[in-house]
Amino acid sequence: MKEYDVIVIGGGHAGVEAACIAAKMGCSVALTTMDKNAMGRMSCNPAIGGTAKGHLVHEIDALGGVMGQISDRTGIQFRMLNKSKGPAVWSSRCQSDRELYSKEALRVVESHANIEIVNASVNGVLAENGKVKGVTTSEGKEILSKAVVLSSGTFLNGLMYTGLKSVSGGRYGEPPARGITESLIELGFESGRLKTGTPPRLRKSSIDWSVLEVQPGDIDPKPFSLRTDKSQFPFLPQMNCHITYTSPQVHDILRKGFDNSPLFTGVIKGVGPRYCPSIEDKIVRFSERTQHQLFLEPEGLDSDLIYVNGFSTSLPADIQLEAINSIKGLEKAEMVRPGYAVEYDFFPPHQVDLTLETKLIQGLYFAGQINGTSGYEEAAAQGLIAGINAALKVKNEGELVLKRSESYIGVLIDDLVTKSTEEPYRMFTSRAEHRLLLRQDNCDRRLLKYGHKIGAIPDEMYAEFERKEKLILDGIAFCNNKKFHARDINPFFESKGQPGIDSTETISKLCKRPEMTLKELLEAVKDDSNEIIKEILSNQLVLEQIEIELKYEGYIKRQYEAVERTDRYENTNIPLSFNYLSLKPLSTEGREKLNKVKPRSIGQASRISGVTPSDISILLVYLKN
Amino acid sequence: MIKNEDTITAIATPNGTGAIAIIRISGDKSFENADKIFTGRIKICEAKTHTIHYGKILGKDKELIDDVMISVFIAPHSYTGEDSVEISAHGNPFVAKKIIELLVENGVRLAEPGEFTKRAFLNGKLDLSQAEAVVDVINSSADAALRGARNQLDGLLSKKVTELRTLLVNTSSLVELELDFAEEDIEFVDRKELISRIEKIISEISLLLKSYEFGKIIRDGVNVALVGKPNVGKSSLLNYLLKESRAIVSEIPGTTRDIIREEVTIGGILFRLFDTAGIRPSDDAIEKEGITRSKEAIKNSDLVIFLNDVENGVSQGMYNQLCELTEPKKIITVLNKVDLSKNPGIGADVYISAKTGYGINNLLEELKEKSFGDSTYSEKSAIVSNVRHFDCLRKAKENLLKAKQSAEQSLSGEFVSVDLRNAESVLGEIIGEVTSEDILNNIFSKFCIGK
Repeated sequence: MKEYDVIVIGGGHAGVEAACIAAKMGCSVALTTMDKNAMGRMSCNPAIGGTAKGHLVHEIDALGGVMGQISDRTGIQFRMLNKSKGPAVWSSRCQSDRELYSKEALRVVESHANIEIVNASVNGVLAENGKVKGVTTSEGKEILSKAVVLSSGTFLNGLMYTGLKSVSGGRYGEPPARGITESLIELGFESGRLKTGTPPRLRKSSIDWSVLEVQPGDIDPKPFSLRTDKSQFPFLPQMNCHITYTSPQVHDILRKGFDNSPLFTGVIKGVGPRYCPSIEDKIVRFSERTQHQLFLEPEGLDSDLIYVNGFSTSLPADIQLEAINSIKGLEKAEMVRPGYAVEYDFFPPHQVDLTLETKLIQGLYFAGQINGTSGYEEAAAQGLIAGINAALKVKNEGELVLKRSESYIGVLIDDLVTKSTEEPYRMFTSRAEHRLLLRQDNCDRRLLKYGHKIGAIPDEMYAEFERKEKLILDGIAFCNNKKFHARDINPFFESKGQPGIDSTETISKLCKRPEMTLKELLEAVKDDSNEIIKEILSNQLVLEQIEIELKYEGYIKRQYEAVERTDRYENTNIPLSFNYLSLKPLSTEGREKLNKVKPRSIGQASRISGVTPSDISILLVYLKN
Repeated sequence: MIKNEDTITAIATPNGTGAIAIIRISGDKSFENADKIFTGRIKICEAKTHTIHYGKILGKDKELIDDVMISVFIAPHSYTGEDSVEISAHGNPFVAKKIIELLVENGVRLAEPGEFTKRAFLNGKLDLSQAEAVVDVINSSADAALRGARNQLDGLLSKKVTELRTLLVNTSSLVELELDFAEEDIEFVDRKELISRIEKIISEISLLLKSYEFGKIIRDGVNVALVGKPNVGKSSLLNYLLKESRAIVSEIPGTTRDIIREEVTIGGILFRLFDTAGIRPSDDAIEKEGITRSKEAIKNSDLVIFLNDVENGVSQGMYNQLCELTEPKKIITVLNKVDLSKNPGIGADVYISAKTGYGINNLLEELKEKSFGDSTYSEKSAIVSNVRHFDCLRKAKENLLKAKQSAEQSLSGEFVSVDLRNAESVLGEIIGEVTSEDILNNIFSKFCIGK
């Protein structure tokens, strides 16, 4: 019987990344899905990116993942969020054509010769002596492999609610996955239940667009992927979103449905995300607000569906429609599909290690919503890391664990493993303590080396990056040394209405003036024979990197210092075999939590909730002795 | 692994001769070992916790070493959290040393510096800031110092810092809101409000920083130089103060040209009085040397009592000389012997008679007031008396000033946030939120042996 290197269960955003990266790394992969046309399907809003999520997509791209490229080819509106703020929080976001996104995901998966798409519903994980062996399918077949990545999304015992009516399923019109949870519990895993929701979909032609506020995309859209051909970007025609608002009248209508709300009547036991509440939750929790903002997002170029962002709900369908029809512009809107809440099983993520391998079963990896996250980007990031580590394990080539100080992905996984989660976890920039270092613009400088090392980034691309990196470093050195004389530069400042300098000043120093750009300063050198200036000016990305490094030098330096301080703890390893239970001086809660999480370092241990500072001191004292 | 099983001992009272010396033993075998050297009405092994027992310590040949009292503490109800006993012996250093030797001969290990506190800490008896406060309890030489240090043990400073940290976290949240939820239809805090919140925290930290001066006073005491021409009554004043004070801590006599130092505790504050030889010019070699020392003492003093008598009035010349050595605000000008004249004259801060005691209370009040400057702290306020805490607060303030600057320059929130978060983390260090090996090592090495 054939044995695959890696089986990936589920073809969602995590599954797609896991399968593609493992294949790129030379593994034979079986990707099991109940419907291959649902590959990379967007279950909720038709958009990729957003604050901090955009960062994740860029990081996935630098490591050799596919989400950035798929998004670039299928985006119908691109926006850079937070553009009025500093570069660290600029976040890319795009509206996607839902159908095209799926098709492109399938095309990408199929382009990998060593991925076999297996049409099957997996209902169990096979393990022997604490090692994974493969999976079983609902047809009673066994598929064998050296590693298994479980990325089943909301399908594990999925239950969808509209009002008090519930239907089994992981997504509208798709059946749930049964058996996997039970099989994992039998292996010793602990499961929990989470909830998420999605808003109704409206018919595009039934909306009065003329009265709505327009939200266009950026005039100069930027792709996610380093590999996207900029001459062809954007690939598709670009579309607008629209904005409308609820009103007290709408809220009154929604309140009528509260008696039949599965949320308020306690029918749904799973915990929903606080950052993405349903409209009924918003009305109750922020009762002083008379209106809530809604975004009407197109589902695709040719799609007749509109996604009502901000109106996630599980109230009865008739109430949903009545409320929708009381909203400006939506008076005659036709509801194609009501919103619903979906409740699903997850496995509290303290059960996986930083590689996303489960602590209980060797070779079994969890990625995506099964680890309690929400969001396509969070799922994809985990799928990628699980896929990489599964492949490394199969090839016996070590592991890849990203640090909090070098990536949002590192922050994401460390948070999950260390703090576990009780609500669907989503990424925010504020979760990253070294935020100024983790920018979209320097993803390649942070992560490309790893992508290259595992073989997912081609040599020529990496060589190009190294040339660029050298130019950045040379450029910074040049700016630190090159001085302007007052007599040469002051007329230039005068013409700009800016104060002059006294004697001499470096480009670096002058670049820190908020109103000065590096480009202007380099041009003011007025030296056509200067090769390095020419090179910098001809490369927009290099120019941008140097400018950011110079302008925010003080802040960036302080962040690096902070990293150095914490690195001492991050690098103080705790052996996996460390016996916390026999360490009496630890607080009771600290002892239990440490034993549960089995942190790899003092740094990780210190982030576990319930572990007190004195617990950490005690660990330090014990590790030292 | 730490050798937590073994039993340790050390002398717990300061070196030198005192009324009593306390020998502490801690660890699983404390009672067994105490019984090996102690003979009393009952065995220590059978004693109840928190009881005290009279008996004799006998040597190897059953010779009497000392009559002692033994206090029994059964785990976890002891300072270290382990079984422990405290032997109160007579305050003869040789006796205490002999008892320690006996214990060591029986297999008890001599404690390393700070080891009792380390164990207390490891057994969850103390948090980091409490462990540090113990240093101050041990080192404090006067009552107020004890109260100040105990205050910290009770967590007053921890409480205050926790409060400030919460304020800071709240402020950070406002900044983060704007960064992560820019797309949301919510109102963001404006820069003016943000700056005013940061300023409020800065001013609270500044108050704590100021309290460090006060903390230093109650921990280290106040150095006072007593200056005046011959025969103005310096000795009588000194004697009067010594009589009034509760305890003479030390007396260091020297030649007539030497500086005489006396320590007195007034109102819970330790004052170190230096009786100076005078500062007038002289050709005499010995006197010259005395004058140099006096000048040095004045320069190093926190306060100067400038004593004059009603017969000669306040010496302006000497006052001017003093002002060259120290700040005028540190000088208390005193006119003595007011009992001799109905018209005491003018130009002094305090009028006294060292002979009758008239005005002495005013002088004491003045001493206290000048010591504390304009600080309004009581011993019940959160006080910073530890140099590491002071340093953390100073850093937090610096960070906050930077954050404020970034906010004023209208830089984006993520730049303001960098320094807000750094401030959070240094405040966290005070309450032990982010402890480091360095801090621990530093703390434990600062402890005298076995305290």
